[in-house]
Amino acid sequence: MNSGLDLEFSFNEILKGLGLSSELAHIIWLPLPMLLVLVSAVVGVLVTVWLERKISAAAQQRIGPEYAGALGVLQPIADGLKLLVKEDIIPAKADSILFTAGPILVLVPVILSWLIVPFGQNLLISNVGIGIFLWIALSSIQPIGLLMSGYASNNKYSLLGGLRAAAQSISYEIPLALSVLAIVLMTNSLSTVDIVNQQSGAGILSWNIWRQPVGFIIFWICALAECERLPFDLPEAEEELVAGYQTEYAGMKFALFYLGSYINLILSALLVSILYLGGWGFPIPIEIIAKFLNLPIDAPVIQVFTASIGIIMTVLKAYLLVFIAILLRWTTPRVRIDQLLDLGWKFLLPISLANLLVTAGLKLAFPQFFGG
Amino acid sequence: MSIAVTTQIICFSVLSLVVIIGALGVILLESIVYSAFLLGGVFMSVAGLYLLLNASFVAAAQVLVYVGAVNVLIIFAIMLVNKKEDLKPINNLKSRRIISTSICLTLLSLLIRVDLSNVWGLADPKMSIGEESTIRIGEHLFSDYLLPFEVASVLLLMAMIGAIVLARRDVMNEDISTGLPVDQELIEKSSEPLLMKNN
Repeated sequence: MNSGLDLEFSFNEILKGLGLSSELAHIIWLPLPMLLVLVSAVVGVLVTVWLERKISAAAQQRIGPEYAGALGVLQPIADGLKLLVKEDIIPAKADSILFTAGPILVLVPVILSWLIVPFGQNLLISNVGIGIFLWIALSSIQPIGLLMSGYASNNKYSLLGGLRAAAQSISYEIPLALSVLAIVLMTNSLSTVDIVNQQSGAGILSWNIWRQPVGFIIFWICALAECERLPFDLPEAEEELVAGYQTEYAGMKFALFYLGSYINLILSALLVSILYLGGWGFPIPIEIIAKFLNLPIDAPVIQVFTASIGIIMTVLKAYLLVFIAILLRWTTPRVRIDQLLDLGWKFLLPISLANLLVTAGLKLAFPQFFGG
Repeated sequence: MSIAVTTQIICFSVLSLVVIIGALGVILLESIVYSAFLLGGVFMSVAGLYLLLNASFVAAAQVLVYVGAVNVLIIFAIMLVNKKEDLKPINNLKSRRIISTSICLTLLSLLIRVDLSNVWGLADPKMSIGEESTIRIGEHLFSDYLLPFEVASVLLLMAMIGAIVLARRDVMNEDISTGLPVDQELIEKSSEPLLMKNN
């Protein structure tokens, strides 16, 4: 496997050339990818909010945002500014410490999970060995934040919304983790980089979606449920619970929930594309293109080309999935809470267990196709 | 002292402080809800300590199991049965407190004595397996620790069956100790169709 561009190494070499010690160079390097990913996550949210407004408008035969910038592209920024300058209200009978800590606990794990999202061979913050397991562990912290804000609001709708959110994310975490486990079984590694590399053999044909169609569908349903997107947005069902755990929130604290849910949506879409749609891989393998152009795979032009194609492909696949999620939100009715829990425990859980068993059997029977 | 070592020492002291103060808060705070949330914080800091020991898989498992499952269930249970009712006053509370404090202090002094008298064998940091540990844990779970692992799962199954029996009161509608019928107010009513059937 070629190593691809290694920006960290070249950056450190430049700083060392300027006469800095390697440790200092490392410290200067450390915050850069974190800031870059944080900024791209927030920009991704702005794009998603705009897409959501425009697509929902199209689905309902409206025009949608139009005046802020061309086609209303500046509308999300205007929304953000409005939330930023709104008064921060804490209800008099609310528990102010828990009320403030709740939104933070919801947002921080989601942002931390971006640690493991790779945009290329070396284009991720940290290639930790536990990779995808880190995301599963971090996403299990979120329900505590939701319960906390639901309880602290001192409002029955908030409490019910918080309890529903926690029940929902506990019951959908298990099929989600089991479908990830089937992928891990095929890869022999938890690292997201290894998962993508394992799918890069024959372009589009070697993507995991062909080998794990059931797992893909289970993962997508569970990811939508974890993000509380519409077929499963029971925690904030407007008709029943006003706005669930967000009812009492205003201003920046509400914006944190809003930001958290959209960052989570983009993160889930990115992870679906990494686990099942070949991550940064181009549908035609880069090696074939390089051979066609008569260039060696290590040539600088090809290296830069590979890196930029990688970023474009990851973002493109993720936004395709975000588009599907938005379309689902504006075209499907909401399920009831009992239907939701039945679907999770009585349908998805057995199916994902069977999927894991079949994957293990296929791995033993055809080790060349299902990872040795 | 290199920057990495300094960072480690700072992280270790912050995490241990959070563990100690959080654990004290869990016991001493009056509000049970605060105690439950602080318990989550303690679990998180313990996971941080595992991370400092290069055991990233154990740290993630700690977060997933203790914070994501155990603590959420504790909070869930507290919020579902949060009756605002004063506890019955216990007589001679003061002497009970003195006795329990002295027992706890004795245990603590015993632990401190063991800690000081024992010579702790430190593993060579160069022998650390780091990321390999995930594979090593898996191998152990499926070879020499297979029996304890399976016995633990049977234990969990028993707990689950017990919970179902306790929760479904149509199975046990008599209080075991008093023999009186159990208060069944909270049981869901049998569902009635909203739309009348066409006759």
